[in-house]
Amino acid sequence: MADYQSCLAFLCELLQKYNRKRVMINENTGLVADLGLSSLEVMEVIEQIEDHYDISIPLNILPDVNTVADLAQKIRDLNP
Amino acid sequence: MLLDKFKEMAAFQSELRDRKLKAFGAVTDEILSATEGVVEGRRVILAGTNNYLGLSADPRCIEAAREAASRWGTGTTGSRLANGSFAEHQALEAELAAFYGVGHAICFSTGYSATMGTCATLAGPGDVILLDADSHSSIYSGVKLSGAEVIRYRHSDTGDLAKRLRRLGDRAANTLIVAEGIYSMLGDVAPLAEIADIKREYGAMLLVDEAHSLGVLGERGRGAAEAAGVEDAVDFTVGTFSKSLGGIGGFCVSPHAELEDVRYCIRAYIFTASSTPSVVASTRRALQILRDEPQLRERLWDNARRLYSGLKALGLAVGPTPSPVVAVEFADREAAMAAWQQLFDNGVYVNLVVPPASPSTNYLLRNSMSAAHSSEQVDRIIDAYRGLIDAGLVTPDAA
Ligand SMILES: Cc1ncc(COP(=O)(O)O)c(C=O)c1O
Repeated sequence: MADYQSCLAFLCELLQKYNRKRVMINENTGLVADLGLSSLEVMEVIEQIEDHYDISIPLNILPDVNTVADLAQKIRDLNP
Repeated sequence: MLLDKFKEMAAFQSELRDRKLKAFGAVTDEILSATEGVVEGRRVILAGTNNYLGLSADPRCIEAAREAASRWGTGTTGSRLANGSFAEHQALEAELAAFYGVGHAICFSTGYSATMGTCATLAGPGDVILLDADSHSSIYSGVKLSGAEVIRYRHSDTGDLAKRLRRLGDRAANTLIVAEGIYSMLGDVAPLAEIADIKREYGAMLLVDEAHSLGVLGERGRGAAEAAGVEDAVDFTVGTFSKSLGGIGGFCVSPHAELEDVRYCIRAYIFTASSTPSVVASTRRALQILRDEPQLRERLWDNARRLYSGLKALGLAVGPTPSPVVAVEFADREAAMAAWQQLFDNGVYVNLVVPPASPSTNYLLRNSMSAAHSSEQVDRIIDAYRGLIDAGLVTPDAA
């Protein structure tokens, strides 16, 4: 089971690939608001997380996910 | 402000107006045949319809509609559950069930409501829907309404689908897998044989949207599942009357007797007026023609292969195999728009598809074939594409 901190670390590294605006990525970074991810890129990121943790992330959770912290929390909750 | 979120769309619309680009919502002034019309004042070959068998202009279907309008009037003015179930609707449902060789069929007022309504209703809270990532908007709308847990699998990736079913464990038994027969944008066919195997292995249920494959694939024209020989693994087949049948409306057929109860739980069926009898009558006639005249399907495929090989020979970026839908992909937005305009100016009307309606960040010129196109028309379409290369709008082998 992955703890919150390790999920966070994984996400921060993964999101560097999408860091066009060269912002500091931390817990409070907004996926759309700060990184400017398109809907297609959000789905790409989700797929990479799913592969890494061997989980499926339901689309239903996406409306509640705004920041890196929100996403890290969801991964932790889904990880058996 | 409430309406602020439409600013981006307003800017796009205003750009289109400034460029005088009529790719979206162009007005058809006149229909000359199933494959020719006058659009925005210009006579064009219609190469962006879904009129796969050309039946929208079939005199037999037109006559059936005319007779039904005289007999039943112009509308039913009510839902199927209230006053809107006419003998025509019931007959069409019986004929669809017979055509698919199953016991049960429901007709809807549009294809969109058929797909949305069944997806929204079959799975509910506590259930899971596994849908293809490139699913049509009507599927995405439906699953959102369902209250079920919604999980995407990578487009036509059966390894990914199986992995996700494995992750679900016991919940696989409460899962509805959703795939399309032919995908509408790129014309690719779902790997239904493999999907059927996986569905059986995990004990899930399978819904296939044959919107673009009814009348197009399979020995009897029943669609992609028939062509793959796996119809017995499909729990629910949905489709539309607006493409190969040349009318409007949709359906769901199933071997499960429960469909008769599901019918009374689908809001998009209960709370909307039933199809106009003239449309039901033309659809019935069209279904008969689809069944009795397989040569239409052969002609469609002859045209599809002719267009595909013509565009491929020009070095354009078309899909891996011929299909009645042939899309040419563009990475560059400006080139795609200019190309659409030049085709139109040269008398060829195709669909311009922009992200996120296209499955990637690419822009598409989506061409679709009809059994009613003549070889000469297909050659004129190919010529128009050659003109794009000559004008430097497309580079062969790297569009
Ligand atoms: C896969 C798919 N399902 C459903 C629909 C909706 O059908 P209709 O346009 O007849 O409402 C379409 C077509 O638009 C489609 O491509």
